[in-house]
Amino acid sequence: MSELMLMKGNEAIAEAAIRGGCRFFFGYPITPQNEIPEYMARWLPEVGGAFLQAESEVAAINMVYGAAAAGGRAMTSSSSPGISLKQEGISYIAAAELPCVIVNIMRGGPGLGSIQPAQSDYFQATRGGGHGDYRLIVLGPASIQEAVDLMMGAFDLAEKYRNPVMLLGDGVLGQMMEPVSFPEYRGPAPAGKSWVLDGAKGRPPRVVNTLLMDAEDLFRHNLALQAKYREISKNEVRWEEYRTGDADVVLVAYGITARVCKSAVDMARQSHIKAGLFRPVSLYPFPIKPLKELAARVKGFLVVEMSMGQMVEDVRLAVEGASRVHFYGTAGGIIPASKSVLQELQAIALRSEGGAAQ
Amino acid sequence: MPRVVFNEDRCKGCELCITVCPKKIIFMSDRMNARGFRPATVTDQDACISCALCARICPDTVIEVYREPATRKEGQP
Amino acid sequence: MSVVFKRPKALSDRPNTYCPGCTHGVAHRLVAEAIDELDLREIAIGIAPVGCAVFAYEFFNMDFAQAAHGRAPAVATGIKRVLPDRFVFTYQGDGDLAAIGTAEVVHAASRGEQISVIFVNNAIYGMTSGQMAPTTIVGQKTTTTPLGRDPARAGYPIRLSEMLATLPGAAYIAWCSLHNPQQIDRAKNAIVKAFRMQVEGRGFSMVELLSNCPTNWGMSPAESLKWIEEHMIPTFPLGVVKDVTAEEVKAGA
Repeated sequence: MSELMLMKGNEAIAEAAIRGGCRFFFGYPITPQNEIPEYMARWLPEVGGAFLQAESEVAAINMVYGAAAAGGRAMTSSSSPGISLKQEGISYIAAAELPCVIVNIMRGGPGLGSIQPAQSDYFQATRGGGHGDYRLIVLGPASIQEAVDLMMGAFDLAEKYRNPVMLLGDGVLGQMMEPVSFPEYRGPAPAGKSWVLDGAKGRPPRVVNTLLMDAEDLFRHNLALQAKYREISKNEVRWEEYRTGDADVVLVAYGITARVCKSAVDMARQSHIKAGLFRPVSLYPFPIKPLKELAARVKGFLVVEMSMGQMVEDVRLAVEGASRVHFYGTAGGIIPASKSVLQELQAIALRSEGGAAQ
Repeated sequence: MPRVVFNEDRCKGCELCITVCPKKIIFMSDRMNARGFRPATVTDQDACISCALCARICPDTVIEVYREPATRKEGQP
Repeated sequence: MSVVFKRPKALSDRPNTYCPGCTHGVAHRLVAEAIDELDLREIAIGIAPVGCAVFAYEFFNMDFAQAAHGRAPAVATGIKRVLPDRFVFTYQGDGDLAAIGTAEVVHAASRGEQISVIFVNNAIYGMTSGQMAPTTIVGQKTTTTPLGRDPARAGYPIRLSEMLATLPGAAYIAWCSLHNPQQIDRAKNAIVKAFRMQVEGRGFSMVELLSNCPTNWGMSPAESLKWIEEHMIPTFPLGVVKDVTAEEVKAGA
């Protein structure tokens, strides 16, 4: 472990990617993630990697597709509207079962929206995002250290399942500075992958392709992809719980919002509300089982997001009616204040005491 | 030995070879190949000059072209 | 008997599925011949487009990737950055390259990417049954210009080779045609030259091949080759538009 350094989120994410084995970065400028390509431009060549500022986010994701097909550890980063542009390319990468890492530093939407933070790309990230039946492994760090730890393992994860991995951050995480330490620098990626296009020397030609015109073939391919996602769901669920052991009402939040909620939990406990926090870290696969277990013994959930209500749907699906699910959200770049979350908690506590109909 | 060989099962009957043959010896046969096309063919091999214009215009690499080795004519140095 | 003409090794055994008389078959063969001649097959990676040639990977005997519509030069860039010593080429139609993919090819050329592009221009969208292409000529009837391309409504055809030749990163750009055996030979030489540019690390190379579409032009294959000569060449004049090696010779380098 390196010593503690004070670093900006975006830069720490880039450094962690390099240490995690990334050698190819293709991206395009967009606020609030520009420090990622800028860091890569400066430091990737120093480790023998290649950085390229592409002509668009679309071009960038297609360069990632090519680099991954050629066996490179490749990534791209962008923010909300740029990630929308990449969806066709991401669908291709998932269909071709190529590994790569995509970072989304979310900003306000829809449309050009704002450069302020948001969490309104949850649907897009966790439902594949582009056309077709596919999923990304989606990770939602709540601190710069966690972002670093997740990035360090992201390329291995992508290669383990031959699937894109998305790190879902937000403008706060990207722009803020926190002390962070880095695990040791990792060596080059393991060679000799069976699907790599590197020239048909001494072997039959290989094709990286996503077109399967025969209906039976495409159905079979989709079944195989779904089997893979079930495997991922079995092995890669991550979450954190805070003071849920005896909680009556549990906050559910991810990313920067989870930190606000942690403060709200402590404040609520001081005013004698038995609150807790359930923090998903893997957004796909969503931690359905532990949430369901919690639902059996708590009075209700309050889902807090910087969106108009996206993850709350997954919470409702996981809870399956076993408990009440409330929602509090903000948009436009407004970060919910812990006091406001507390007020929501108090209102919920009052309502459930009074037995009033929802 | 044939100077020009037509792999008839590859032919799609596009007739482009006929348009370029300077000796006008290519014609469409009345047979049908396995894909339902009437393939191009040559019977008058002696008239073929192995120019390979037919092979070069063919989009399906139907045609192989060979040339007999040069021989010395009687009485020539 | 000596062999005058045989099919190249870089083509797979599979008969191609293009329409009868389609010059895609000729273009594929010329690419394969060039690859054989320069001994590149074992280090070659081709990129297939979206268009009639989407299945190109079936007809070549080498590693291939299939790219999203228009993005082949970006995919090629990604591959070449990971494997700079391999031979990387794209094979694209006019919709792929000059409509949706214009940015990608312009920037690949501008960056001087060490890749080669084979641009099959037949002035129409073939795979999707005959819509207007950016290279459709004025007055040409297509399913989306049923009364003929009217510049007032649908603009003018793009002369992409001319455009790309203005970029410093472009090393070799040639306009060729496949409408008769002599031009096919010229095209073959241009493709070999273009591929050599990549092998020698000179920069971006492209050969634009004026091609036919008998099915969507509504003509016989023979008529369609005449149409290229009479109607396409006036808009897309044949010739070498850029050649950095020729410039060097001129400058006495």
